[in-house]
Amino acid sequence: MAETTKIATRDSYGNALKELGATADNLVVLDADLAGATKTATFQKAFPERHFDCGIAEANMINVAAGLSTMGLVPFVATFAMFAAGRAYEQVRNTLGYPHLNVKIGATHGGISVGEDGASHQCCEDFALMRTIPGMTVMCPSDDVEAKAMIKAAYELDGPVYMRFGRAATPVFHEAGYKFEIGKGEVLHEGKDVAIIATGIMVPEAISACEQLEKDGVSVYLINMPTIKPLDNDLVLDAAKKCGRIVTVEEHSIIGGLGEAVAGYLSEVHPTPVKRIGVNDEFGHSGPAAELLEAFGLCADNIVKVTKGFI
Amino acid sequence: MTPAEKKELQLTAVKVREGILTATHGAKSGHPGGSLSAADMFTYLYFKEMRVDPKEPRKDDRDRFVLSKGHTAPGLYSALALKGYFPVDDLKNLRHTDSYLQGHPNMNTVPGIDMSTGSLGQGLSTAAGMAKGAKYLNKDINVYSLVGDGELAEGQIWEATMFAAHYKLDNLCIIVDKNGLQIDGWTKDVMNTDPVDEKFASFGCDVICINGHDFDDIEKAFEKFHSNHGSGKPTCIIMSTTKGKGVSYMENEAGWHGKAPNDDEYKQGMDELAAAKKAIEEA
Repeated sequence: MAETTKIATRDSYGNALKELGATADNLVVLDADLAGATKTATFQKAFPERHFDCGIAEANMINVAAGLSTMGLVPFVATFAMFAAGRAYEQVRNTLGYPHLNVKIGATHGGISVGEDGASHQCCEDFALMRTIPGMTVMCPSDDVEAKAMIKAAYELDGPVYMRFGRAATPVFHEAGYKFEIGKGEVLHEGKDVAIIATGIMVPEAISACEQLEKDGVSVYLINMPTIKPLDNDLVLDAAKKCGRIVTVEEHSIIGGLGEAVAGYLSEVHPTPVKRIGVNDEFGHSGPAAELLEAFGLCADNIVKVTKGFI
Repeated sequence: MTPAEKKELQLTAVKVREGILTATHGAKSGHPGGSLSAADMFTYLYFKEMRVDPKEPRKDDRDRFVLSKGHTAPGLYSALALKGYFPVDDLKNLRHTDSYLQGHPNMNTVPGIDMSTGSLGQGLSTAAGMAKGAKYLNKDINVYSLVGDGELAEGQIWEATMFAAHYKLDNLCIIVDKNGLQIDGWTKDVMNTDPVDEKFASFGCDVICINGHDFDDIEKAFEKFHSNHGSGKPTCIIMSTTKGKGVSYMENEAGWHGKAPNDDEYKQGMDELAAAKKAIEEA
C-alpha cells in the first residue's frame, strides 16, 4: 500500500461539505472553534454566510443545530469525537435522538490515532455511546472515497446521523465511482476459513493482513463495515455461516463497538466465535499516530497474529 | 389592550389553571407549581402575542415557543388545548400509558409543541437555533423560550445567551419565570442565581423586569420586545411570579413543585378557581 495516496477523512469531510454546499442550499455547518482542525474551514471559505462558529460550547451547538433543523435547514455539526459524542451526549440523546431531528454530526479526531494530544482527546467510546440512541445512524468511513459518498448519503437521509472521521492521513483504496449505501457492508475478498470485519481506518490494515494471511494459506472473507448501526445483519450472518469464525477490527474500545454489535447479533441468531480486536478497555497516551496504532495492536501484523491464533 | 380583552385573558388564565389541576390530578403526578406560576404567561403568549394557528400547527412562518422548563408541560398543554390544538378533555389523560400527552413536551406527539424538551438547560439553546435559522432565512418569525430561575444554574443557559447576543438574535425573547422556588427549596438557598437581571444584561440582553401575573405589565414587556427588533439585542423578560399561583395551599410551597393534588385537594383547588372566575366575571 506504500504507493497509494493518503488522505485524512477529516479532509474528506471539509471537501465533501464544500462540494455538497454548491447544490444543497439548505445545508449549513456549525463548528466549535475547531474549523481548522475539523476542516469545515474549507466549507467556510466557500460559503462564509452558511458557517456558524459556536465557540467552545459543544452542548449549546448541538441544540442550536436542532433548532436550525426545525426551520428546514440541514445542519452538519463538527467538533472532535470526544466532545460530540462525549461532552454533548445528553444533548444528542434528548434533543436530536428523541425527536429524531435531521442533524448530521461529523465528529473528527476519533480513536487513538489522534496521536500526540493523548488520552484526553482520544475518543474510543463514541460508537458505543451513539449506538445506544434509538434511530441514530452510526458510521465510520474507511477512506476518502467512502467518506465523501457517506457524507452525501447522510445529507440525503432524513434523520440524525453520527459519522466519525480520522485525524491521520490514511490510504485511499476505493476506486472513484464506488457505490456506497448506508447499512450495507462491502465484501473486499471472498474466503472460507475466517471472516475479518473491519471499520474505518482499520480497513486498509485488514486488507494488508488479508494479503499476508492468504500467502500463508489462510482463506479470508474480508468485509468493510462502514455502517456500525444499522448493522448489515445479512452480511454478518453470511460471513458466520461461510467461515464459522469472525475477527472484528476497529479503532474503538472492544466494549460497545462493532465487535459487540456483531457478537450480539450472532449470539441470538447463529452463535459463532467472535474475536474482537480494538482498544482493550484502557486509555490511550501521547505519541505519533503510527506508533500508537502499532502499540495498541491496531495494525496488519497484529491482525495476522490474532487471526492465526484464533482459527 | 381593552378592558374587555384583559378580562377575557384573565378568564382564560383561570381556565388554564383549571386544566393544570385536572391534568396533574388525572396523572397522579406532574408539576403543578411551576405550571401555575407561568399560567398567565402561557395565556398571554397563545391568546395575544404569538402568530400561530391551531388549525395549522406546523405552518412554516408561525412564531415558535420552546418550553425550556419542560416539566411545566401541564401549563403549556392546558393553554394549547384551550386554544384548540387538541381536546381539553384529553388533559385528564396526561402521563397515562396510552396518552399522547407525555410527561414532558414531545413535538412529535402533541400538536402545537415546537420542540421536545424536559432536560433543563437545553431549550433555550434550541430556541436560539430557531431564531438564528429565521434570521438566516430572512423570515419574520419570533421565538420565545420560557426558562425557570432554578434552571439558570445550568451552564448551558449562559452558552445559549452568549450565542444569542453574539449572533444579534433580536427576534429571540427569553422569559424567566422567577418564582424563587425549586425542588429542594428556595432558589436563593439551593443555588443563588441572583442577580438575574444583571447577569442577562451583562450577557448582552435588553432586560425587562415585570410582575408575571399582571397582563398590563406583560403587554408592555412584549411591546418593548417588538421595539427591540433591529437593535441586534435579544430581549430577556424577567417575571416575578408566585409558584402555585391561584391555588391557595400550593402558593409558595416547594412541596408542590412535583406533586399532584389528591381528590380533596383537587376539589378545593377547582372550587377556588371557580370562585376566581366568578369574581372576574362580576368585576
